[in-house]
Order: sequence, then C-alpha cells, then structure tokens
Amino acid sequence: MHHRHHNHGAGRALAAGMLGAAAGAIVLMAARSMMRDNHPMGPEDSPRHAWRRRAGRRWREGAVVGRSITVNAPREEVYSRWRDFSTFPNFMENVVSVTPLDQTRSRWVIEGPAGSTVEFETRITEDRPNELIAWESDEDAEVRNSGRVTFRDAPGGRGTEIEAVIAYDPPGGAVGRMAAKLFQKEPGVQAKRELRRFKQLMETGEISTAASGSASSRA
Amino acid sequence: MRALVWHGKHDVRVDTVDDPEIVNPRDAIIKITSTAICGSDLHLYDGVIPTMRPGDILGHEFMGEVVEVGKGNTRLKKGDRVVVPFVIACGKCFFCEKQQYSACDNSNPADKADMSQMLYGHQMAGLFGYSHLTGGYAGGQAEYVRVPYSDIGPIVVPDDLEDDEVLFLSDILPTGWMAAENCEIEEGDTVAVWGCGPVGLFAIQSALIMGAEQVIAIDHYPHRLELARKLGAKVINYKNARVYEALMEMTGGIGPDAVIDAVGLESHGFAPDNLYDYAKQTLKLETDRPHVLRQAIYACRKGGRVSVPGVYGGFVDKFPVGAFMQKGLTLRTGQTHVQKYLAPLLEMIRERKIDTTFLISHRLPLEQGPDGYRKFAFEQNDTTKVVLKPGWEKSNG
Repeated sequence: MHHRHHNHGAGRALAAGMLGAAAGAIVLMAARSMMRDNHPMGPEDSPRHAWRRRAGRRWREGAVVGRSITVNAPREEVYSRWRDFSTFPNFMENVVSVTPLDQTRSRWVIEGPAGSTVEFETRITEDRPNELIAWESDEDAEVRNSGRVTFRDAPGGRGTEIEAVIAYDPPGGAVGRMAAKLFQKEPGVQAKRELRRFKQLMETGEISTAASGSASSRA
Repeated sequence: MRALVWHGKHDVRVDTVDDPEIVNPRDAIIKITSTAICGSDLHLYDGVIPTMRPGDILGHEFMGEVVEVGKGNTRLKKGDRVVVPFVIACGKCFFCEKQQYSACDNSNPADKADMSQMLYGHQMAGLFGYSHLTGGYAGGQAEYVRVPYSDIGPIVVPDDLEDDEVLFLSDILPTGWMAAENCEIEEGDTVAVWGCGPVGLFAIQSALIMGAEQVIAIDHYPHRLELARKLGAKVINYKNARVYEALMEMTGGIGPDAVIDAVGLESHGFAPDNLYDYAKQTLKLETDRPHVLRQAIYACRKGGRVSVPGVYGGFVDKFPVGAFMQKGLTLRTGQTHVQKYLAPLLEMIRERKIDTTFLISHRLPLEQGPDGYRKFAFEQNDTTKVVLKPGWEKSNG
C-alpha cells in the first residue's frame, strides 16, 4: 500500500537552480524581518507556529512547522501507536524506515527533496507517557531537526488532539525548501498529510486511496 | 472492463480500462447493473467543475452485485444486491458518528484533501466519479467499481424490488428528501422549489409527505412542470410569469415559508444579473452562476428557510446578504448525508409511499452513455433521467 514517488533528478535540480535568485531575495527579506519586533503585540494565545512571519519566524535557524489534528480515539491508544516509531513509514510518505537502536535512539532513513536519501540518528529527549514525546537529531545530522508531539484530551469526548511541532534545517537551505515546496514535499504540507494518514489509520484501520488496483499508485 | 470516461468539455467516451481490484481491507468490488446520469454530472460534462482529468471515470449513482469483498468487511457477502451512496464515508470519524457523512474526515485521500481544504477551509468527503477535489475516485458508469468503506455505505436491497425502483437511493432521492427536511416544514407552509429536475421533483414529493400545505415548482420546461404538477405541486413557468410577483400573489403577499434551490451553479435564464454572471463565469472571474439563489432569497418570507441542494463549487458575487440578514433567513445546505436516509427511504419505497420510476425517460446500454449525456444536456424537456445498463448488449438500445 505504501507508495513513493520516483520522479527525481534533473527536473528538480533545474528548478532548484532557477530558484536561486528568488531564494536570495527571500534571505534578504528574512534578514529584514528579523530586525522587526520578534513578539506579538498585546495578548496572544495561539501557538507560535500560527503567528505571522514577522512576529516570530527565525529564518537563520531553519524552519519551524507545526500542525494539529484531532483523532477520534483515546489518548493512551494514540500515544502508544505514535510511540512505535517503526510504524512511521506506514503513514509518512518520505520516511523510508525508522529503526529503534535502543530505548531512546533511532536510525532514520528519509527521502530528501532532490531524490537523495538522508540518514540520521535521533534520540528521545523527553517522553511523558500519554502526554508528550520530544526528540532531537544528532549534532552532525545532515538534516538537523528536533520535534515535539503533544497529546491532549479533546473537549467533549472527541478523542485526542495531537500537536506536532518540528524544527529543522532544510537540506539545501532556502533553495532546497523552495524546491521541496514546488514538489509538495515542503514539511508543512507533508506534516499535514502525515497527520491525516495517521488519523485515518487510527480511526478507520486503513489509509484512504483512490487507487483502483494494486498496480496503480496511491493517487 | 468498459467504462464511461471524461476526456474534456462535452467529450465523454466509453473506453476499455483496467478492472478495479480490492486495495484496502474494507473495500468491495461491485458489478454494476444500473447506473444513472445525474444533473450534477452535467456540470462535469460542461467543464465547469475544476480538477477533472482526462481519463477520469464518471458516475456516482449506481447499484449492482457484490462480486468481491475485502477481509475487513464482515457485513457484505458475494452475491448481495446493493445500492451504493455517492458519498464515501468511513463511519468512524467525529462527523460520521454524528451522521454527517458528507463531512467525513477520512474518505478524501490525504494528498487530495489539500485542495478542498484550500478552497473551502476544510477537507470534504470523497465522492465517486466527481473530480479530484473529492478524491479522484473512479465512478460507477462502468462494468465494475471499487467501493471503499463498503461496510458502511452500501445498502442491501431485497430481490422483489426492481433496479429502477431503488437505484435513486444512491443520490437524488435522499438529496430531494434532505432538501425538504432542511426546510423544517410546519403546518400551513408553502414551499417553493426552483428546478424540476430529478432532485427538485423528489423534493416536491418529500415536502408534501412532510406536510407542506402547498408546493410551488418553478422551471421553464413544460414537460418537467407537468411532472411536478402530477406530484401535486402548483407550477410557475418563468418564461410565462415573473417569478417574484407570481410567488407573492400565490401566497397572499407573504412569500414562501421555505425556498429550495434545486438548480445550483449553472442557472439558466436571461435575467440581467444572470447575463452578467455568464460573462464573468466565461472570463473565470466568478465560478458559479447563482441567479436562482438570489431570486429564492429575495422571494422567501421574513424569517423563512432557504434550502440549497443544488451544487455550488466556488465563489459568487452579488450574494444578497442584505435581504438575507434583514429578513432573518436561515440557510441550510450541504452534500447529502446519504447513508443516514437509506434505510427509512427504502422502507417508504417498499410501502409504495414514494415512487421513483416515473422519472426515468431513457434506459440505454453503457455503450450509448455518450448519447445519454448529449440528450440529458441538450434535450432537457424530454430527458428527465437516463439510466445506463452495463449488462445490456449494444444492440438493445
């Protein structure tokens, strides 16, 4: 059922090249935005990743994506399913494998934006059962990243709210990020789809697909 | 297998394509015995629904025999005769549990759901054969179809009822019923229905069953107005009469208590605002032509209800928000929660409280599907409903 795209290579490299100039402009804009006030004005209860750019986005340190979704299942069930990292490839399109090395360390193989694969190790930095899982990649990882997934009871017995916040250094910097966005592998889009697939698995036991046969792709 | 495939505006063909297979555990494969062309298929035919791709198999009103069942489905078995809802729903999410099946959170595949989320703010349920906005699922105007979540949607029908008697449970009958239900009909109510296509006609029947004092039907095709009249409605032909004035006169100046727009995004007619919409839609500045909706809101009595079963896809301007607010109207709409209505409506068909067969004007073999589309699109007076029969030989028609 799991399917990956294989249309890598020259097209993306070309697109990335063409985006060079645009990326230059973006870096300039980012530098400007950093000089503005880094905090929202007045009271603000929304999560940081929902803020307008000038209010908190720190470009020099990479990018932050955050997404929330509500899963119609008890918190214990949702947490324990998520805690089993080895199942991530079932619903994360660009994750090839996650192999637990010990209680806290895992080895990840993911698809990079230019058709490459990237490997790195992560370690769990915080694990509060049924509440929170946080991780961090090794210092020398090709794609440095850290993340934090929290689990809360949704109001009115609606199940569990999952909030995933991932901070990362995009491969290829801003250019890579733009190229990835063009090919819909931008982490914000990716994260939203992965959470949807996780929710589908938890709620329905399968991942929705319009494919009409085993030979066709998940399209 | 053979299937009716969309190639572009006013270009559908019957092609040979791969047979569908079981993909997920809760799937079933249905061998189609009857499948209808829906008024909303004409929006696809006319090329006004975005995200269609050449090669897409059309059709969302179908029934047939279960020929294969996934191992996760313990409810259906081979040989069952089923009608399949056009809405694909998982049955497990928050919305399905509230019986709001067309709001299902899970049936639109994760990568397709971005589109409707961007357009509407939220992802919508998957539908059969209705563009990639609703999941890109292959439709049922074909010999076979893959039905996802088949333990939730399809209803098994008894052998003593003919295909023609139950086929419309798949969409237009529950859609007409929900349209009337959204009118929250009270004793003494007048309900005005714009559009005497299949949904409008079923809405008329449903409103009368729910106790409306009078139903007034509006269209410009004499044959369709005759059908409306046979069902018990009074009729207004907008080519004969000014609709607002006629409605006021027929309701003692009060206006209809509830109004139903059973037309949707491709409103006919040559009122000035409609020509303006036509020009804008042709220039792609506005995606939907809402003439009927404007007129319905304008005519609706103060504090009345507006029910919209007609399909809209994008944006309109000149929405009469002033009349809507000042008169304190209530607007209810949505794709039909088909699964919710299947059992009660099947029961009403069995008890002969509702007849649906009067609607069918043409029965054609699947191979003549393109003909059926042409007739339904361009000869609307005589073509009230086209049913395609994949099992029929070419020579039958």
